Amino acid sequence: MPESTLTVNYAGAVNAALRRCLADVPETLLYGEDVAKPGGVHGVTRGLWKDFGDRVFDTPISESAILGSAVGAAMMGRRPIVEIMWADFLLVALDQLVNQAANVRYVSEGRLTAPLVVRTQQGNSPGACAQHSQNLEAFLLHTPGLRVVMPSTPQDAYDAMVAAVHDDDPVVVVDNRTLYFGEKQEIVTGRPVSRIGGSHVRRTGDAATVVTWGAVTHQVLAAADRLAEQSVAVTVVETPWLNPFDDDTVLRAVARTGGRLAVVHEAGVCAGFGAEVVTRAAEAGVLSGRPLRVGAPATRIPAAPELAAALLPDADTVHHALREFTAA
Amino acid sequence: MRERLEADLHAMWRIRAFEERVQAWCGSGDVRGSVHLCIGQEAGPVGVCGELAEGDALFATYRGHGWAIARGAPLRPLFAELLGRATGVNGGRGGSAYLSAPEHGFHGENSIVGAGASHAVGAALAGRHDGTDRLAVTVFGDGAMNQGAVHEAMNFAAVLDLPVLFCCENNRYSELTPIRDMMRGDRLTDRAVALGIPAVRVDGNDPAAVREVVADLAEAAREGGGPAFVELVTQRLVGHYVGDPQQYRTRDELAADAEAEPIARAQAALAREGLDGAAIEARARDEVDRAAAAALADPPADAARVREHLYA
Repeated sequence: MPESTLTVNYAGAVNAALRRCLADVPETLLYGEDVAKPGGVHGVTRGLWKDFGDRVFDTPISESAILGSAVGAAMMGRRPIVEIMWADFLLVALDQLVNQAANVRYVSEGRLTAPLVVRTQQGNSPGACAQHSQNLEAFLLHTPGLRVVMPSTPQDAYDAMVAAVHDDDPVVVVDNRTLYFGEKQEIVTGRPVSRIGGSHVRRTGDAATVVTWGAVTHQVLAAADRLAEQSVAVTVVETPWLNPFDDDTVLRAVARTGGRLAVVHEAGVCAGFGAEVVTRAAEAGVLSGRPLRVGAPATRIPAAPELAAALLPDADTVHHALREFTAA
Repeated sequence: MRERLEADLHAMWRIRAFEERVQAWCGSGDVRGSVHLCIGQEAGPVGVCGELAEGDALFATYRGHGWAIARGAPLRPLFAELLGRATGVNGGRGGSAYLSAPEHGFHGENSIVGAGASHAVGAALAGRHDGTDRLAVTVFGDGAMNQGAVHEAMNFAAVLDLPVLFCCENNRYSELTPIRDMMRGDRLTDRAVALGIPAVRVDGNDPAAVREVVADLAEAAREGGGPAFVELVTQRLVGHYVGDPQQYRTRDELAADAEAEPIARAQAALAREGLDGAAIEARARDEVDRAAAAALADPPADAARVREHLYA
């Protein structure tokens, strides 16, 4: 596939990546609830069934069978890409990821492998109910054997999906649905497949390092812009890949910013991955003073937009928290 | 006929002798941890695996030693796996409940009740797309019929017309509780029929009867008929796990089970033809003894390699 450009929103970027993988990798299959003929509840997989026939198909509402069949098909040499419509629904069938997919390579000493991709989306959007608004990446990250990525831009969404499909281990690609219909951007397609992993230094500054991932990256960048107007320059490291995690870039940045580290994620702070990032920095000896974690408090997420907004980090709360943190 | 009977008896004795040795090793401490034996249930694996082709994929449960043996996995690395040796089929990482031997079409046990059913669905799906006519087989117990994962897998295979053979070993116990206390009615086949899946209940203590049923169901599945379900009615002569005192079973029941069990029946059938099964038993025990001795002498699993193989 030759390198070219495409102007798409995030959903279109995922669609383009899936199209490329289906075209380039004959072992791929794409399936899940409503992904084929309806094109997905968010339209992300639209048109793929028409072009790739029975390699793209709809399934019963059966998360366990979707994930479990992906494990079996992957063991037998296919590269299934399966959709779990909402990340909350992963919990219905977490056995198939945690007990099954994640164990295949290790326990069989690599005689069997499970190169599958799980596509899902999470996060809060106005009016989402308590069972459609959770941020569950920490559940997955506690499981050795699973790879996890949370892109925030069309280009990253495209690159992450292509890398995930070519990776030889189970990868969970977690979108945030608030990103799907953002503005269109020009992305580069057709580049050689990159390896999974990596991060982006989105801003540089000496006041502190802010590590973030997923949709809230955009709020963090807005907050960093506002801080810059107030002459406080922070480094923002976006780490879309949470496993493998780019420790080197993060630790280097923290050291360079005087050992000051803040982590911002949309998920709850209690036992969130932010705690892990902070601990790694502490263990590496690069922290000075107290770190900062910004995320959702340990409460359930309500449906009313005004209520949810009171709990979740946005540009204002992130700005406020970082301002206090860098002033301290 | 006679050759078949002898071959079946030999295959069943290999499993029985293997399991008895494992049982002894549990007592001596050579095998540690939870172990689930299939003593009494040997006819199912022998009958079903006799109908499988090389490229077929079998997914079993934690009571799966017999299925691995029937599929052709060699005895020594199976023993070594249970002993935690470096030469084990999984280098000591799988143990009794999660061993696999994919090079023999044995794609693993599963210690989560019913979880392997959907793996078989996926293996059949892969077969459809890689140009083979692979039959995928999953084995689970009667207790697993109450797991949602099994129901999901069966329906999924049915709507996609996938060649999956769902084998339910009905030994009447859902772990320590009679299956009759855990579901209404006793016809497990009814659940498959309700999903539009052809289902047959068969004497699971008769390898020939199992083979005959499986041959028909497997052929139909391979020819595009979709999944099939077979209920193998059998019994285990031992507890759910090694050490299970089985307070839930009566003396009368255990005596009846001992009468019905497949090896005694096969020996009796041979005797009716004026033949003696003793030599067959001796041959199987000798094979098992030699494999056991070899595995015992194998080196322990290598702790220096314990972090390997998590990711590519």
